[in-house]
Amino acid sequence: MKPKTIIAEPRRELFPGLKSAFANTGEATVFALRFFKEVFVPPYEWKELLKQCFKIGYKSLTLVAITGFIMGLVLTLQSRPTMAEFGAESWIPGMVSISLVREIAPVITALICAGKISSGIGAELGSMKVTEQIDAMEVSGINPFKYLVVTRIVAATLMIPLLVIFADAVGIVGSYIGININGDVSMRRFFAQAVNSLDFIDLIPATIKTFFFGFFIGFIGCFKGYNAAQGTESVGKAANSAVVTASLGIFIMDMLAVQITDFLY
Amino acid sequence: MILTERYLPITQQKNADDVIIIKNLHKSFGSNAVLNGIDLTVEKGENLVVLGKSGSGKSVLIKCLVALITPDEGEISVLGTPIDGLNYSALNALRIKVGFLFQTAALYDSMTVAENLAFPLKRHFKNLTDKEREDRIKAVLDDVGLVEAIDKMPSELSGGMRKRIGLARTLILEPEIVLYDEPTTGLDTITSREISELIVDIQQKRKTTAIIITHDMACARLTSDRIAVLNEGVIHAEGTYNELEQSKDKWVQSFFNV
Repeated sequence: MKPKTIIAEPRRELFPGLKSAFANTGEATVFALRFFKEVFVPPYEWKELLKQCFKIGYKSLTLVAITGFIMGLVLTLQSRPTMAEFGAESWIPGMVSISLVREIAPVITALICAGKISSGIGAELGSMKVTEQIDAMEVSGINPFKYLVVTRIVAATLMIPLLVIFADAVGIVGSYIGININGDVSMRRFFAQAVNSLDFIDLIPATIKTFFFGFFIGFIGCFKGYNAAQGTESVGKAANSAVVTASLGIFIMDMLAVQITDFLY
Repeated sequence: MILTERYLPITQQKNADDVIIIKNLHKSFGSNAVLNGIDLTVEKGENLVVLGKSGSGKSVLIKCLVALITPDEGEISVLGTPIDGLNYSALNALRIKVGFLFQTAALYDSMTVAENLAFPLKRHFKNLTDKEREDRIKAVLDDVGLVEAIDKMPSELSGGMRKRIGLARTLILEPEIVLYDEPTTGLDTITSREISELIVDIQQKRKTTAIIITHDMACARLTSDRIAVLNEGVIHAEGTYNELEQSKDKWVQSFFNV
């Protein structure tokens, strides 16, 4: 009689996604610890840091200006009819400035920067990894982490808050133009009302959280790009994954920041 | 019992002429065992060619020498220094003495040729003036015959030119050892020959030791003082080009009878 052949079923992993999520979190933690270890240790790559600040900050000004202007304009135009119903049109400058400074400008600017900067860094480092440029730095006795990663994360951490402040300012200008489309409010009166409505409690927590947004945008871009697998496909994946993770992270951090601010004040 | 030299720790094997000693090197990627116990020594001033089919672990072998890949088992000594356990700064100090030419040349895309060459110089020879740095860049570009490409971007260079500039960037730190990862792959016959001649020229002029990874027999013939043939993760045969050409071994012959 022919012996019965028993074919073993392939081993199935329970929750395979969970395993990879834990592995990714572990890798990201090690990457972050390495950043904090290397950021304070000389030699410092000042020239590259300035170059990255220029690239991340200055080169994003137009995009942030357009977005900020539209945010202020649209917010004003959309809220005006409702405010008019309650006879509260005079509150529009204050309402718009508080909304922009506390929430809308930081989150929208950070999301725009996640799309532009995080994906850019992810694609750049991913492509350097695939074409062995990072290995080339390593074998010539240069620390690529310090040159590529530390500079980009520090530049993003410093530049995003500045871009958000710029977006706040442009957004308020947009609101002033929006309010004057169907009305006549003097510039002096509008800006006095907009600025007087703001308190340090509006400004400080909102600015602090933008440093975290900036750090996260730079960090995720670098982490995804620096750890890209071999092959050109992984460059696209690194860029895409950087945008998705950074955007999601911004929302989660914003939620936490709001809870913490409410708790403290 | 007397231990044969094969089993002596790397630190106890003192032959002043051996600049690279590899003992019982193993490396696996998952279930794929790439290196299964490589034993190899390279003498000072020698050009050793490592032959092997694609995917046989040739590149993995030389990447282990500069600690780009960490082996699972085995010992490596480079210029008398065991690389296992070196801290990052000691490893970087050793890496300066070991040049590495990548298969793709790995030029920094965002920098000009001059900036590519100045990049390691600025970090390791901080005392050089701008003029001295420029002179050194021009001298090394002259050695590879590409002074006119000094202000070009890597995207403006042909495959052969990229390899030459990659080699210039490797040589600018004046390494004692140069590791060539498939230096002629993807190049036409004439350019391949030019690169092979350049490798010999560098050996003679700069007295460097080299490991050349290739499966290009013309390159192996021109550049090798000795050839090691890799098969199934071990050194299958060793000898000069002429010795191996006469070998009756089928695997060795498969490289010569193309």
